[in-house]
Amino acid sequence: MKAIVYIRLKNEVLDPQGLAIENSLINLGHKNITNVRQGKLIEMDIDVLSEADAKKIIDNISKNLLANTVIEDFSIEIK
Amino acid sequence: MIVSILLFPGTNCDIDTSNAVKKVLGVKPIIVSCKEDIIPSSDLIILPGGFSYGDYLRSGAIAAREPIMADLIKKAQEGTFIMGICNGFQILTEANLLPGTLLTNSSLRFISKLVSLEIQRNDNFFCNAFVKREKINIPIAHHDGNYFVDKTLLNQIEENNQVALRYSEPTNGSLNNIAGVYNDKFNILGLMPHPERAIDSDTGSDNGIKFFQSMLKHLN
Repeated sequence: MKAIVYIRLKNEVLDPQGLAIENSLINLGHKNITNVRQGKLIEMDIDVLSEADAKKIIDNISKNLLANTVIEDFSIEIK
Repeated sequence: MIVSILLFPGTNCDIDTSNAVKKVLGVKPIIVSCKEDIIPSSDLIILPGGFSYGDYLRSGAIAAREPIMADLIKKAQEGTFIMGICNGFQILTEANLLPGTLLTNSSLRFISKLVSLEIQRNDNFFCNAFVKREKINIPIAHHDGNYFVDKTLLNQIEENNQVALRYSEPTNGSLNNIAGVYNDKFNILGLMPHPERAIDSDTGSDNGIKFFQSMLKHLN
């Protein structure tokens, strides 16, 4: 199975990298784009019997290492 | 006095820290690899600055999950004094030994300069040689020093007087200009500025000496 973890900065956390990207887009003429936020995508293969098992393990490693829940939220996709 | 300095791949302030310990505390520190399981019984454990694991994933994130950390957490709970400088501070927050986290500087720039700071309290192991609200000049050198916690925890830290030092002026985006914090038992200090780089006035400032003098004073 393939697991994908999407990691996003929480809404209340300022994202200077997102702002820098947004400013660059504005410089390129895209004045209709706002609220750019930069996140992370981490993908991996996992060898377990069920999707539920995979979800449980990935949820655990996301909380313990992949995301810092002080500043980040995460969501998981298994396929 | 027994001082241990933890070494992670990418740590680069271990020699300066070692020299500061030798110069002011008068002892040769024990250098401990992060791959070990046990830290020798110590009066003080220092996590020096650097770029452990190249700041991959998040600054300090990989280092905070190294084998040595289980024993560091155990010793922290037992009350051993622990100081994390710069990347060491980031590692301590990632290990949940200190509240909050260090985000990328709001300017997105690496900032390396001597900054003015204010010591918040002088009644503990790390800062008793300072006078209260003492202004000091110590260098910073970081890309991720922008201190962040959620509002509830920020209020809690302020109410408990856990802020150790603040920048005299906005520097990197840190909430309330926080440059260093204590844990709630005040046996752990994390700070972004580098006291070990300010122990000789020939290199710009010797204001960092007082942190080490405080430790000496306390243990004697």
